[in-house]
Amino acid sequence: MKKVYMDNGATTRTHPEVLQAMEPFFLENYGNPSSVHGFGQEALKGTEKARDEVKKLINAADPQEIIFTGGGTEADNLAITGYAMANRERGRHLITSVVEHHAVLHTCEYLEKEMGFSVTYLPVDKYGMVSAADFREAIREDTILATIMSGNNEIGTLQPIKELARVAREQGVTFHTDAVQSVGSMPVDVQDWGVDMLSLSGHKFHGPKGVGALYVRRGIKLHPHIHGGAQEKKRRGGTHNTPGIIGLGKACELARKNLPEKEKEVSALRDKLIKGIQDNIDEVVFNGHPEQRLPGNVNFCFRYIEGESLLLSLDLEGIAGSSGSACTSGSLDPSHVLLATGLSHEVAHGSLRLTLSIFNEEEEIDYVIEKLPGIVEKLRQMSPLYQKS
Amino acid sequence: MYSERVMDHFTNPRNMGDMEDPDGRSQVGNPTCGDIMEIAIKVEDNRISDIRFKTFGCGAAVATSSMVTEMAKNKTLEEAEKLTNQAVAEALDGLPPVKMHCSNLAAEALQKAIDDYRAKQNREG
Ligand code: FES
Repeated sequence: MKKVYMDNGATTRTHPEVLQAMEPFFLENYGNPSSVHGFGQEALKGTEKARDEVKKLINAADPQEIIFTGGGTEADNLAITGYAMANRERGRHLITSVVEHHAVLHTCEYLEKEMGFSVTYLPVDKYGMVSAADFREAIREDTILATIMSGNNEIGTLQPIKELARVAREQGVTFHTDAVQSVGSMPVDVQDWGVDMLSLSGHKFHGPKGVGALYVRRGIKLHPHIHGGAQEKKRRGGTHNTPGIIGLGKACELARKNLPEKEKEVSALRDKLIKGIQDNIDEVVFNGHPEQRLPGNVNFCFRYIEGESLLLSLDLEGIAGSSGSACTSGSLDPSHVLLATGLSHEVAHGSLRLTLSIFNEEEEIDYVIEKLPGIVEKLRQMSPLYQKS
Repeated sequence: MYSERVMDHFTNPRNMGDMEDPDGRSQVGNPTCGDIMEIAIKVEDNRISDIRFKTFGCGAAVATSSMVTEMAKNKTLEEAEKLTNQAVAEALDGLPPVKMHCSNLAAEALQKAIDDYRAKQNREG
């Protein structure tokens, strides 16, 4: 059976060159980068080179502005809780949006419920976009931090980060962005964007799982989360995940070298898939912004059908995707992102997200466009909602 | 995630579709996640002689719908009424814990279709 992986928003295939770069750090340079001896110093050389690669990919001013973490979620937690706790004397108000990843939303909720902060959740328009005017209005005397994602993991919408960061700067509010979906798949420039903190994750762009980084502009104070060692300038304790960090560095290097070209290629595949779905299937709802969109993200709702059934049927044809349907969520609530864009529970039920990477090929797009209409039709025939419409 | 039986009933659902002039019919919704299921029955000599379902829901919901129709067919109304969610889930070799609620729809829809048939009988009789 053909196997088509289109769930790159969940995780990506590790690039073979990444794996290759990591291997010696398991077998030969396995020292602890904090150790004085040669083994340790070899490992340290590796982690510092990786730090420099992260710095280059996002155009940070200094490698010391990069803190390695155990992934994107940890980076978000460190940025938000770490900043809020270190700066709580200046104010206890935070601003975020309703479409954030749970790594951000649940962290904000935690600070709200347990730590006495108040949080404003900015609404979005039908494309899932936050408005700079709403943001400006939400800023109060006691606002210390805003955290708005760069690219939405579900519907792919890109936020106007540069504009939002400018507003934050004018008002003296520190600005963090969760760029886990953007870094590695499109150009990200922390200085041009004007953000103070930015989270990224290795496995979203062909690096290994379990490693990420937080960019923290020089001068920003954070409380560490993980206590126990002087690693990362006392901002993140714990022995370095050396092979993981090396892999992240390699993924950054590959992304930096391939980006302009690959971004175009992946976007072209995305647009072909979007058009193929729109041309071949009736009664679909296109989710997210038509232009301001992550290069690999395709998201539709198919009316009258349910997402998990759709995923199972696609899987039987070898196609891997994901859905924001209540039935797939574990919590049995439909995607908060789809609901925030104004979709009804029923329509959100039929959502399908297909996310592409540099490893997808055009014939895979053709294959999906060939298989999907029949699957949707079969499920609609089964649906009590279909005939009545 | 799902047993082979569930996948079998999901891929080849039994008794799926519409029925003309059913003797009893029902539509039930699942408050947990918003799914909907319909059952239509034909009754001859107090037996379910034919049965059809339609479902808007997850793989487990489709499979339990299909299974309940298979189990109810040719049973007397009294026998069919005794079918429980548990029995349907067991016949499918079990469901993941988070999906147990999906099987509620099936038995409930069947019961309501029988109720509907009886209500009609009473009106006509
Ligand atoms: S019907 Fe929604 S989870 Fe099964």
